[in-house]
Amino acid sequence: MNGAQAMVKCLENEGVEMIFGYPGVAICPFYDSILDSDIRTILIRTEQNAAHAASGLARVTGKVGVCAVTSGPGATNLITGIATAFADSIPLVCITGQVNSELIGSDSFQEADITGAAESFVKYSYLVKNADDIPRIFKEAFHIANTGRKGPVLIDVPIDVQNAAVKKFKYPETVNLRTYKPTVKGHAVQIKKVMAELEKAKRPVICAGGGVLLADAQGKLREFAHKYQVPVVTTMMGIGAMQSEDELNFGMVGNHGAPCANRAMNEADMVIMVGARVADRSVNQPEIITKNKVLVHMDVDPAEIGKNAGPTIPLVGDAEHIFEDMMQIEVDCDHALWLQTLYEYRQTMTEKRVPNPDFIDPADFIRKLTDKMERDAVYTADVGQNQIWSCRNCIVRDGRFLTSGGMGTMGYSIPAAMGAKLAKPDTQVVAVCGDGSFQMSMMELATMRQYSVPVKIVVMANRYLGMVREYQHSTYNGRYSVVDLSGSPDLSKLAEAYGVRFIRISERDQVDNAIEEFLRGDESVLLECIIDPMDVSK
Amino acid sequence: MQKKVFQLLVDNTSGVLSRISGLFSRRGYNIESITAGVTADPRYTRITIVASGDDEILDQIEKQVGKLIDVRDIRELEPEDSVFRELALIKVKAGAADRPGIIAVANVFRANIIDVGSENLIIELTGSQSKIEAFLKLLDGYEILELARTGVAGLCRGVDKVVFIDE
Repeated sequence: MNGAQAMVKCLENEGVEMIFGYPGVAICPFYDSILDSDIRTILIRTEQNAAHAASGLARVTGKVGVCAVTSGPGATNLITGIATAFADSIPLVCITGQVNSELIGSDSFQEADITGAAESFVKYSYLVKNADDIPRIFKEAFHIANTGRKGPVLIDVPIDVQNAAVKKFKYPETVNLRTYKPTVKGHAVQIKKVMAELEKAKRPVICAGGGVLLADAQGKLREFAHKYQVPVVTTMMGIGAMQSEDELNFGMVGNHGAPCANRAMNEADMVIMVGARVADRSVNQPEIITKNKVLVHMDVDPAEIGKNAGPTIPLVGDAEHIFEDMMQIEVDCDHALWLQTLYEYRQTMTEKRVPNPDFIDPADFIRKLTDKMERDAVYTADVGQNQIWSCRNCIVRDGRFLTSGGMGTMGYSIPAAMGAKLAKPDTQVVAVCGDGSFQMSMMELATMRQYSVPVKIVVMANRYLGMVREYQHSTYNGRYSVVDLSGSPDLSKLAEAYGVRFIRISERDQVDNAIEEFLRGDESVLLECIIDPMDVSK
Repeated sequence: MQKKVFQLLVDNTSGVLSRISGLFSRRGYNIESITAGVTADPRYTRITIVASGDDEILDQIEKQVGKLIDVRDIRELEPEDSVFRELALIKVKAGAADRPGIIAVANVFRANIIDVGSENLIIELTGSQSKIEAFLKLLDGYEILELARTGVAGLCRGVDKVVFIDE
């Protein structure tokens, strides 16, 4: 057995069923060995999307997403995908080929110091120097990626190590990382304190972030909120943690959030942040959630607690365990009055959008689309105005809402949707992007065609980089700079070229029929919505 | 702005120093000095970092560094409970006229003259940072040609807080 065969064997031991990648000479031994395995390989059209597709797979399965690319430009192309996963704490194992060990450091062909270059975007990285270390390194990598605060782990394997003989392959059953022991169970004393505060609180609110979904704690969160009648708001990454139509869900907070969600945070006397970073887009003035309030901050990563806001009660642990333990404590609380106030806010603080009647209203379109989607459908939103329309209007029931929240990486929605669809072929998967973000990933239509991945794609077409245009409109008095997308291709021809069914709508009365036609059958459809170029995100 | 001395025990791997220094630079933490050397057990390296910042930053430094997978232990070395030393090598221009004065100052500080040239002396001084600062101040009237300082190394007193790693 050689190193490459050992790598494949490790992936089999980890239960990996599919990898995304792009070969090159330096990773060829690995791609040769994988032919002898049942692991499915997906040839993506650019390396960045391999990481996004692996991210989509990881987010809908809870398993580690795996991608494998070659050295040099293959590896550097992957970095944006790795950084995107890192910002959203998505578990990935990214394998890169590397030049021959003896050539490392000599600026040889397709050599890049990828462990160095990706250092600030990975949870951990390995440069494998000895083929006998492969089983241990892979075991550790999968463990590190998918425990504690999840994240990407990089394994860089020189080609000579892939070709070297492995004396004896034995996949370790356990990892021996003595200082890496993430705290999963919340501290009992802290949990008691939280429940005592909850009993006293008049106006508590839970702010749920992506950590709830990463811990697969949606069920426990919903149970907790209903048991103690606590209203819930979410961050962008937390969308879907509560069902959209749950009466206790008051929507997304932050710059682009729902007015009633922000008002709930402002007026609360107790804020329970769970699996959320208190980052600038969701809470741009941390003092709002600390001043005159009890702030409880629960996170599996102790370094997040106190980073942006000093909590009254810090609580390190996994959301699933914490909610379970908290529900063991019976407290007497009645928040009916507070909820009544919030219901009124929700009724009165409605959207002030004035959509142009001559175009499709993206907000209305997304509400109608998601209402008609299957209950457990996966919705991926890209970045730009389309992301804000999606966050504010999409209805999530038992499915998932996936987007690049932390990094805001354009082009995420299509590869992530592909990864999700490949992982869950029976689930309806819809990607919604703008005409800018679509063109960053449209090469993946080929991947969809090659492997028959029936992802449905909506393109909100306004011939602008709409979010930047909107910003330039408000901040630079309408001096538009480099936001015109008028060279965009005719999507009907593009769809035809890739063998995808195509629908284009520009009138409001076409929406209902178009959605029905779009969602019909398990096949790829490209739906272009012509929207007002001057439309704004809220 | 406060100063804290952190003592780290880390895996003796090739990337560990760059991981730690990279973390400081990308998060904008101030690092005043960093020293590293292998411990009695060659699998581990002891690092002493002097960092400055306000309370929140220093707290974040401890948490973020502690989060690195190669870092086995990080703790603050509290001044009242620890000993600190720094070593400085100082090359001073010393013609025949200046030489007795410089040697006299060096003797007061228990510094060693470790190299003598026709035009210069190299002085070795070990001590706390403030002692080294004070010595350099006294050399103000002379011309310092080159100066090399190691940064602070430290250990806590007693045996209560010693970290044992048994594998």
